[in-house]
Amino acid sequence: MVKKFHLTLNVNGEQKELLIDPRRSLLDVLRNDLELRGAHRGCDSGDCGACTVILNGKAITSCMTLAADCDGDSVITVEGITPADGLHPVQKSLVEDGGIQCGFCTTGMVMAAIALLDSIPHPTEEDVREGLAGNLCRCTGYKKIVEAVMNVERK
Amino acid sequence: MKPFDYFSPKTLAEASEVLSRYNGDAKMIAGGTDLLLKMKAGRLAPKAIVNIKRLAELRGITQLPITNNLSIGALTTLEEIKRSPLIHQHYSALASAAATMASVQIRNLATVGGNMCNAAPSADLAPILIALNAVAVINGVKGERRVALEEFFTGPGKSVLGVGELLVSVEVPKQEGKSIYIKHSPREHMDIAVVGVGVAYRGFNPLAQQAADVRIVLGAVAPTPLRAKKAEEEVMSGSLTKERIERAAKIAAEESKPIDDVRGSVWYRRKMVEVLVRRGLLGLVNSN
Ligand SMILES: Cc1cc2nc3c(=O)[nH]c(=O)nc-3n(C[C@H](O)[C@H](O)[C@H](O)COP(=O)(O)OP(=O)(O)OC[C@H]3O[C@@H](n4cnc5c(N)ncnc54)[C@H](O)[C@@H]3O)c2cc1C
Repeated sequence: MVKKFHLTLNVNGEQKELLIDPRRSLLDVLRNDLELRGAHRGCDSGDCGACTVILNGKAITSCMTLAADCDGDSVITVEGITPADGLHPVQKSLVEDGGIQCGFCTTGMVMAAIALLDSIPHPTEEDVREGLAGNLCRCTGYKKIVEAVMNVERK
Repeated sequence: MKPFDYFSPKTLAEASEVLSRYNGDAKMIAGGTDLLLKMKAGRLAPKAIVNIKRLAELRGITQLPITNNLSIGALTTLEEIKRSPLIHQHYSALASAAATMASVQIRNLATVGGNMCNAAPSADLAPILIALNAVAVINGVKGERRVALEEFFTGPGKSVLGVGELLVSVEVPKQEGKSIYIKHSPREHMDIAVVGVGVAYRGFNPLAQQAADVRIVLGAVAPTPLRAKKAEEEVMSGSLTKERIERAAKIAAEESKPIDDVRGSVWYRRKMVEVLVRRGLLGLVNSN
């Protein structure tokens, strides 16, 4: 029998208390215990960025993080940045500029872009490319995504 | 993943105690970016996981009084190294080495302590930290000890750390000269080094065009990060002419002990050691 871990986590502003198996990743707990399925499971090894969430203000890959290690921390997922009646400016820009196709990578892209714009409000193209280097997209070829993120502040 | 006991100690003493109790069957987790990959792949199945992220003793980038050395806590993330004004100002080669690593998402998790203690021959921070003459500050049940980082690595995945010992910080002497890190990998981001080269010197005599205390350190071309000592001697043996640099680069290539693997052949790695050592030395000379 695995001894369960008592996890306290602030998720999108709400305090959550959970009993979890310490082997579980933050991504797994978000998706399966908290039913927040915006963060996606892609490679499960930190390479693709589909699972990107913001932990204590910083973008991280939630597949490469044990949930237990985040005890007492705050997490923001794509559900937390999306207004009830519309879209976040980054989401809007991606839609308008054709930065979305199948959508699998999009939630991770959105979270990485938000974290980037948080630390560099007026990024250069190089900043955007660097900031999104950990997010793989197999549809768009990236150009439209980079443009959309560059255009956020101009809209 | 096999089940494990989970601990999240609040003090260094508590952490050492748990680690000693499991007598080598417990693993520390910092960022987890190396450890979790191995555990997911089933290559590692520790009986216990000890989260060291709550240990305040392992945090912070500070300039030490008296010596002016820089102390970098083991839990310092790669992104913190990339962005630290203190590191930028005095050790920019270290900041640029961190910038070549992984993605921002991984850099926000991955720590300098994990990069050292995982002891991959390709660990990007090792060549530059050794070139900068860094010291590993280690703590365990028997107290603190200090080991030159150059002597910290003993083989792929192996270090001098004993059971119950943690890396607390790396201490870098005050930088007086110049340094550079060059990473060669097929992709610009998100790829580990095929060859990494760190070069530093502490003094340069402009009249004689001669460098002093030169350190050339090679990554990913031997079981551990490797100092190319014969190449260093060649560099220090006279004025830094183009010919001397060429010779030193060839000597460094001979000193390297690479293996064939998916990322590169022995021949290619040797050749790239020569190219990068030459490039590194020329870069330092031209910036004088
Ligand atoms: C997508 C991806 C890209 C990557 N790119 C690069 C790259 O470009 N260059 C590169 O060098 N690496 C790269 N890595 C590897 C890894 O991210 C780094 O080595 C990182 O610095 C490891 O730090 P960590 O805190 O995550 O280590 P962890 O996984 O937490 O720990 C690694 C090992 O060190 C031990 N340990 C950790 N801290 C301590 C301590 N203070 N005292 C004693 N033991 C300790 C652990 O027990 C474990 O055995 C990459 C990894 C991924 C997933």
